[in-house]
Amino acid sequence: MAIVAEPQQPDLREPAGWRRTSNRIATWLMVLAFVLVIIPLGFVLFTVIAKGVSIISWSFLTSGPIPPIVLPASVGGLGPAVLGTIEITALATVLAVPLGILGAVYLNEYGGKGPLARLIGFMADVMTGVPSIIMGLFIFAIWVLHFGYSGLAGALALGCLMLPVVIRSTDEMLKLVPDPLREASYALGATKARVTVTVVLPAAIGGIVSGALLAVARAAGETAPLIFTILGGTSVANTNVFKGANTALPLQIFSNATQPYTGAQARAWGAALALIAIAFILMIAARLVTARFTRYSR
Amino acid sequence: MEQPEQNPVATTSLPKPAALQESKPVSDTPGVAVFDTKNLSIYYGAFRAVTDVSLTVHENEITAFIGPSGCGKTTVLRTLNRMNDLIPTARVDGDVHYRGASLYAKDVSPIAVRRRIGMVFQKPNPFPKSIYDNVAYGPRINGERNKGRLNEIVERSLRQAALWDEVKDRLKHSGLGLSGGQAQRLCIARTLAVEPDVVLMDEPASALDPIATGRIEDLMHEIKSRYTIVIVTHNMQQATRVSDRTAFFSVLVDSKSDTRTGTLVEYGRTEQIFQDPHDSRTQAYVTGRVG
Repeated sequence: MAIVAEPQQPDLREPAGWRRTSNRIATWLMVLAFVLVIIPLGFVLFTVIAKGVSIISWSFLTSGPIPPIVLPASVGGLGPAVLGTIEITALATVLAVPLGILGAVYLNEYGGKGPLARLIGFMADVMTGVPSIIMGLFIFAIWVLHFGYSGLAGALALGCLMLPVVIRSTDEMLKLVPDPLREASYALGATKARVTVTVVLPAAIGGIVSGALLAVARAAGETAPLIFTILGGTSVANTNVFKGANTALPLQIFSNATQPYTGAQARAWGAALALIAIAFILMIAARLVTARFTRYSR
Repeated sequence: MEQPEQNPVATTSLPKPAALQESKPVSDTPGVAVFDTKNLSIYYGAFRAVTDVSLTVHENEITAFIGPSGCGKTTVLRTLNRMNDLIPTARVDGDVHYRGASLYAKDVSPIAVRRRIGMVFQKPNPFPKSIYDNVAYGPRINGERNKGRLNEIVERSLRQAALWDEVKDRLKHSGLGLSGGQAQRLCIARTLAVEPDVVLMDEPASALDPIATGRIEDLMHEIKSRYTIVIVTHNMQQATRVSDRTAFFSVLVDSKSDTRTGTLVEYGRTEQIFQDPHDSRTQAYVTGRVG
């Protein structure tokens, strides 16, 4: 540059040209992607609430028996299905979440790169890809054929679906725990079990709970594996989760929504709204639990 | 363990400035040997990281390991409480004796070793727990459940680490909310809470500003009458300020296989290492001509 009499002020404006243009295009593409993601979600929520809210009442959620499909919406309720969903999902959670967390702890803290750890990791990935209806058929073949339909059979199928998700999400969370924390604990004379229980798991608990509840929410909405395992034909509440056919909200959505009767369709929308509400409540519970466990993490 | 029970350090004011060089009570007839290594070599897989380290660490002294990066100071330090066991490929050759017992004998439990030989790390690594729970962690895993005794231990350890006055009103706050220097003193308090025999420090002040560094150094002088301290440092001034003895490590470069192996070049009293080094490599390093 030629010699200038006065020092020029530096140009601090955003650079013009392609750099600025590409930056703006990328920003708007991301905004667009976000909107595209939000639209179907908002639309689903809006539709389900709009069509389901009129039938939702305390007695709809708690009373039974489930009326025959031809009856109008004002009769009876889906209490047995709500109860069945809660029973089966809770049992599946009890079966799958502790097992999944322990599996992930083995993968990450104990197994290292050993053959068993790699086998478990590989099998978890394979299980993630198994369609849910296959999982239902599997439990049908090994359990239902011998012991009959029951909520437990449904819980086994849902548990098999949840297990790999819990293993993988927990594994990812444990990987995020910094090694210096483990070292600090070892340097105080802690055993491996102590390090895992008192340092690693507490540090990762927020993510573990979130991942587990996501798996629970997904499982609560599964329909196909339940058809083979709980039958779904009952209209009265079955409080015994270990014996006899049961029913659940997703099955009620399926059987009612496919009917031409207005009462049945209204009940299907109500069941859909109830299912979404359960997932929503679980998410809020996850946030509260996580906040409680991670109050020292910052 | 062997430490007799002593009263907590009474002072709550700032520790006095670091003792000066000439006031050091190092005699030529040193105290009991705490660590004794002979021909120590450390391997990661087939790679020999450190070779031929023979030195003796004495009781109630501060021993500094200095040397350029990659010379194996930290590796040697981590063999002294078997932290290297956490690296699956690490292997130790030669003798490491701790108060006469071989640290790498078959029936030695690394857990038992680490309960006597604590460690403070380069980066402050408080647990994501409250300040109180950080300090009480060690005593708790050793089975202390009595609330009164835990309170005593926490207060005594935080006083020893010169942190009590700053945190006594917020013991229930997160340990992660402290500044870097405070967090490192918390980690020291956490180490002291289990009343170790030896405290290993791996560049404890390298992430801290000079004021925080000064406080850590003062703290080391305060506690050395009760503990044996081994410190790795990059900072030669720090070694002269705090240590009684200094070990200078250097790197042997094998140009044929292009491997770099750390080794102990010279070990002696700190004044001797810095004022009258016997080895030309030590002299080049401490006078700042290399490294």
